[in-house]
Amino acid sequence: MDANMPLFQMQGVAKSYGGVRALEEAHLRVETGRIHAVLGENGAGKSTLIKIMSGVVQADAGQMMLDGAKIVFPSPKAANAAGIACIFQELSLIPDLSVADNIAIANPPRRFGLIDRKAQRRFAEEALARAGAEDIHPLAQVKDLPLSRRQMVEIAKALARHPRILILDEATSALTAGDVAKVFAVLKRLRDEGLALLYISHRMQEIDELADDCSVFRNGRHVASYQAGTKSRNDVVEMMIGREYSHVFPPKPEAAKTGAPALEVAGLNWTHRLNNISFAARPGEIVGLGGLDGQGQRELLLALFGVLRGVSGDIAVNGVVRHARGPRSAKAVPSAMALIPEGRKTEGLMLPMSVRDNLTLPALDSLARFGIIDRDREQTAVDMMVKLLAIKAANLDIPVGALSGGNQQKVVIAKWLMIAPRIILLNDPTRGIDVGTKQEIYQLLRKLADDGATILFYSTDYDELIGCCDRVLVMYDGAIVRELKGADITEHALVSSAFSIGSGCMDQTGERQVG
Amino acid sequence: MGDFRYWLAENKGTLLAVAVFVIMFGIYAGNHSAGFSGMVVTTAANKGVLLALVAMAQTLVVLTAGIDLSVGMVFVLANCLASQLVVGDALETTFGVVVVLLAGVLCGALNGIIVIYGRLQPIVTTLATGAMFYGIALWLRPIPGGDVNSDLADALTEQLPGGIPTSLVVLLGIVLVVWVPLRRSEIGRAIYAIGSSEPAAYMSGVNIDRARLTAYVVSGLLSACGGLMLTFITYSGEASATIGGSYTLNSIAAVVIGGVSLFGGAGSAIGAIFGAFVLRTIGDLLFVFDFDPLWQPLFQGVILLGAVTLGSLRLLNVKNRLDLFG
Amino acid sequence: MPAFLARIDKPVLAAFGCIILLLLVGSLYSSSFLSPEYLLQQLQVASFLGLIATGMMLVVLLGQIDLSVPWVVTVGGMMSTAAAGWGPLGEALAIPFGITCGMIMGLISGFGVAYLRVPSMIFTLGMNAVAQGLMVLRTGGFAPQDHSTETMHFLATGRSILNIPNALFVWIAVGAATIFLLGRTTFGRTVYAIGNKERAAYLSGLPTQRVIMLAFMASGGLSAFAGVLLAGYSTKAYQSMGDPYLLPAVAAVVLGGTNILGGRGSYIGTIAGVILITLLQSILSVMQIYEAGRQLIYGAVIISMLLVYGRQKKAS
Repeated sequence: MDANMPLFQMQGVAKSYGGVRALEEAHLRVETGRIHAVLGENGAGKSTLIKIMSGVVQADAGQMMLDGAKIVFPSPKAANAAGIACIFQELSLIPDLSVADNIAIANPPRRFGLIDRKAQRRFAEEALARAGAEDIHPLAQVKDLPLSRRQMVEIAKALARHPRILILDEATSALTAGDVAKVFAVLKRLRDEGLALLYISHRMQEIDELADDCSVFRNGRHVASYQAGTKSRNDVVEMMIGREYSHVFPPKPEAAKTGAPALEVAGLNWTHRLNNISFAARPGEIVGLGGLDGQGQRELLLALFGVLRGVSGDIAVNGVVRHARGPRSAKAVPSAMALIPEGRKTEGLMLPMSVRDNLTLPALDSLARFGIIDRDREQTAVDMMVKLLAIKAANLDIPVGALSGGNQQKVVIAKWLMIAPRIILLNDPTRGIDVGTKQEIYQLLRKLADDGATILFYSTDYDELIGCCDRVLVMYDGAIVRELKGADITEHALVSSAFSIGSGCMDQTGERQVG
Repeated sequence: MGDFRYWLAENKGTLLAVAVFVIMFGIYAGNHSAGFSGMVVTTAANKGVLLALVAMAQTLVVLTAGIDLSVGMVFVLANCLASQLVVGDALETTFGVVVVLLAGVLCGALNGIIVIYGRLQPIVTTLATGAMFYGIALWLRPIPGGDVNSDLADALTEQLPGGIPTSLVVLLGIVLVVWVPLRRSEIGRAIYAIGSSEPAAYMSGVNIDRARLTAYVVSGLLSACGGLMLTFITYSGEASATIGGSYTLNSIAAVVIGGVSLFGGAGSAIGAIFGAFVLRTIGDLLFVFDFDPLWQPLFQGVILLGAVTLGSLRLLNVKNRLDLFG
Repeated sequence: MPAFLARIDKPVLAAFGCIILLLLVGSLYSSSFLSPEYLLQQLQVASFLGLIATGMMLVVLLGQIDLSVPWVVTVGGMMSTAAAGWGPLGEALAIPFGITCGMIMGLISGFGVAYLRVPSMIFTLGMNAVAQGLMVLRTGGFAPQDHSTETMHFLATGRSILNIPNALFVWIAVGAATIFLLGRTTFGRTVYAIGNKERAAYLSGLPTQRVIMLAFMASGGLSAFAGVLLAGYSTKAYQSMGDPYLLPAVAAVVLGGTNILGGRGSYIGTIAGVILITLLQSILSVMQIYEAGRQLIYGAVIISMLLVYGRQKKAS
C-alpha cells in the first residue's frame, strides 16, 4: 500500500438540493491518527459534506475512496459497516429506551437468542468509560437525561461501533465545560490509537486545541487545507469570508432613525436559551440578528411573538409593556406583529391548501363578517398581495405546494402583510430560494421599513445582513455579544463576532432540557 | 440501590397500575361481608384474565404508536372457532387449540401486512378488518352454541388445590412464554424503538417492518388466547358484535390505565394486565359498597377520563408552546 | 375529462363510480334497484348516517376521531324521548333538548382534546363510557317505555313534499349548512388549516383550540340529532341503538376521500361515502347474503377501496 495514500479521500464531490448548490468540487483527505477540522460559515457546505460521508445523502457527482478503493454509501448502515461513524447534531437516540439499549441497539450481545442484559450493560459501561462519561448510568432512560448527557451517550454509541473514522458535527455544542475537557482527552486518545477524526465546530478555541489539519470551505467549495497552527486567526477568517457579492441591495437611508422605539426589549430571559437580552428598534429600521445558526435568534423571535412560556423581562411596544399570550394576541392591533417563520413547509404554509386559502389565513378575521368570509374583499386583498409581491401562480386555486420555492416564500411573506403589520419578525426568510426572489424580498423589506414598519431580520446569510440592515445584533449562546452599525457591518466583523473570537464567552454552556 | 431507581423510573406507569389494583382489591377484600369464597375469586379472576389477554394484545400495537380496533373481533372469532374445534379426544382438542391460535396469528398478520405494505392507517385498517373477522365469526357460529372439551375447560378455569384460580396461572404462563421473551429480544426492543422515535430507529439501523409485523402478529395471537379462554369459561361460542366492541374499547382503557403511552414506545403488557384488573374490579367494588351495578359503566368512564386528565399535567412543564404540536 | 370533473378529487369520483357500479350490479339482480321508490328509501336510511358522518367528518378533518358516536347517538334518542314524557312543554322541546345533551358531551370531548391535549381516540372513548353510564343509570337497565313525539316520528319517517322523505330534507339542510361552513366561513378555513398543520395554524394566529372544541361540539350535536331521528323512526329509544353507526360513519368519511390524518376532504365526498355505505349494506341484505357474508364483504370492500386510492404517500 502506498504510504502516502490517505485513509479516506473525497474528490470533486457535488450535491444540489432542488437546484440550489450546496456543495461543488469538494475535496477532502482524511488520514489515520489525525484530527481534521472542517471550518466554514453558515451555508459553506459542511453539513452536506458529512451527510455524504456518512451515507445520509448521496452525492450527485465525484467519488469517495477508502483505503484507495472507490466506495459508495447508499445508506447510513453501509457507511457504518465501512467503519464510518457520525455523531449528528440531531440526535439519533431513542428517548424511551435506556442508555445501554441505545448504545447496543445495532448489534446487542445475545444469549439464547435474547438480549443478554448483563453483557449489554458491561458493553455499555465500557463504551461510556471510553467516552469519559462514567457518570451516566447505563439503565437511565435517555429521555430523562439533560441534553449534555445525551450528547455524551451519542458519543459513546458511536465509539461502541469501533469506527475507523469518527465524525463529530458540532458534537460539543450542548456540553458543559467539564465535559468538553473530557471529550477532548478522549478524542486525543483515539487519535493516538490511530483513528481518523473529522471535527466540525464553530468554536475557534476548540479547533486550536484539537486540530492537526484544517480545511476551510466557502460557498460549498473547498478553499484551502493547511496544517494547524500555520495560519493566524485573521487569515482563517479571511479565508472563510471573501465570497463574491452577487446580490443587489436597495440603498440604505443616510441618517439613522431617531423616533421613539416601536419595540423595546429589556432584560429578556427564557430558560437558559436567552440571556438578558436588551435592545430597541425604531420604525423605519431594519435590525439584523446575526451570529451562527442556533445561538438563540429563533427563540428570541418566538419569545417576542408570545409562543414561549416563562419569559421574564419586559417587552414594550410603542412604549407600553405588552407581553403577547400567543400569535393571536401578538398579531392583534396595537402590536400588529408578524412572524415570518423559518420552515415554510412546516410552519409557514399548508402545502396542500390553495394559494388563496394560505394567503388569507392570518387576516381571516378582518376579511369576514360574523365569521362569514366576504369573497369580494378576500379577492381584492389577495389580488393586491399577488401584485405587490409578483407571485407567479397559474391560478390562485392550485395548491401552494405546486409553486416554486421562491414563490412559496413570497406567499409566506404576503400572508403576513395582509394584516398590515407594524412590527415584522423574519426568521431566515431567504434560505433555499433563488437569487431573483431574494432581491425582490430585499426591495420589499426596505419599502416596508420606509413605510414605517419596524423590522427584525434574522439571517444566516451574512451578505444579507450587510446589504439590508441598518444595525446588526450578533448573538452567541443566547446573548447579544455585539452590536454593529452602519459601516461597521462588515463580513469580517460579523464572522469574528459570530465565532466569538476574542470575546471569550465560550466556556459557560449550561445544560439544557429538550421537551 | 442505584439500579433500583432506574428500574422504578422505567416502570412507574406499570407500578402505579399495580398499586391502584392492590388498593382496590384490598378495599374489596376488607369489606366483603360474606368473606370471599373460592368461587367468587375464581369468577372474578376469569373475568379479569379475559380482558387482560386482550389488553396485552392491544399493548403490542400501541407500543408501535398504532392502535388495533380489531382485537375484540379476533377475540370473538377465536371464541367461535374454538367452540367448533376444541372438542373430542386429546388429539382433536390439541389440533383445535393450534388452529385457533393460528387463526389469531393470521388475523394479526393480515392487519400488519395491510398497515406496513398497504400503508393504510392502523385505525382505519383494523376498523375494517374487525368487520371482516366478525363476519367470519358469524359465519362459523350463526347462533350461539357449540361445545368445548370440558376436561380441558375445567382444568383451566377452576382452581388449583391452594385455592388459586387456574386462569391466573394460565395468564402467568402466557406472560412468561410470550411477553417476557419478546420484551427481551431484539425485535421487542425494536417495537419500543419505532414507537418512541421512528426516525431515530431508522438512523440506528433498526429493522422497522419486521418489528411492526411481529407486534401485530403477537397481538392477534394474544387475542386468540383470550378467545380460547372465553370458550373454556362459557363452554360455548357466540358471535356477538357487542362483546367484541366492548372488549376492544375496554382494552384501550386498560392499556391507558396500565400506563402504556398511546404515543407509543413506553409502558408494558404487565401494566396493561393490571389496568384490565382495575377495570374489572370496579364492578366488584360497587357491589361491596351496595352501589347498583348499573353505576359501573359510568365509573369506568370517569376513571378513564380522570387518568388521562392527570396525564395532561405534564403540559404545565412545556416552555415552548410549539412543542405542544409534536 | 371535462373540466368540472377534473376539479373534483379522484377519491370522490371513485366513490361515485362505485355507487353507479353497485346500482348496476343490483339491477342485474332485480330491476327494482333502479326504481325511484327504492332509491328514496335508501336516501331516507342514509340520512341518519349522513348526519353522524357530517360530524365525524368535521372531527376527522382536524386530524382527530370521535369514538363517542355510539352512546351519544343513544343520548340523543333517550334524552329527547325523556323530554317527551315531561308534559306538553317537554314534548315541544324534545328535539332541541336531545341535541343539546349531545352538544354538551361533544363540548367536554372537545375541551379534553383541545385544552388538555389528550388524544381524541382515548378521550372520546371515555366520553362514550360516561354517556353509556349515564344512560344505563337513567333507564335502570331496562328499555325505557318513553316514546318519541309526533314531530320526531314525522321528521324521521314522514314524506311531505313530492313524496320525498323528511329525513332527507333534514340531511340536505345540514349538508348545505356544512358545505357553507367549510367553504365560506373562517371556522371552515381554520378546520382545514388545523388538520393540515396545527403548528402553522397556531403560528398564523388562528384560534385553534376554540375551533377544535366547537368541531367536537358539532359532532356531538349531530350524533345526538341522528339519535333523535332514529328514536322517531322506530318510535322509541333503546340502549345500544347507536352501536351500528360508528364504523359506517368513519368508513363513509374515509371512503369519501377525507384524509384520516386530517386537512383534506370535501363534503361531496362524504355524501358519496354515506350513500355508498348505505347501498352496500342494502344490496348485501337484499341479495340475502347472511349477516356473516355481509360483514366480510363490507370490511373487504372498504380495505380494497382504500388500498386503491386512499394510501398515504410514502414518507420520504
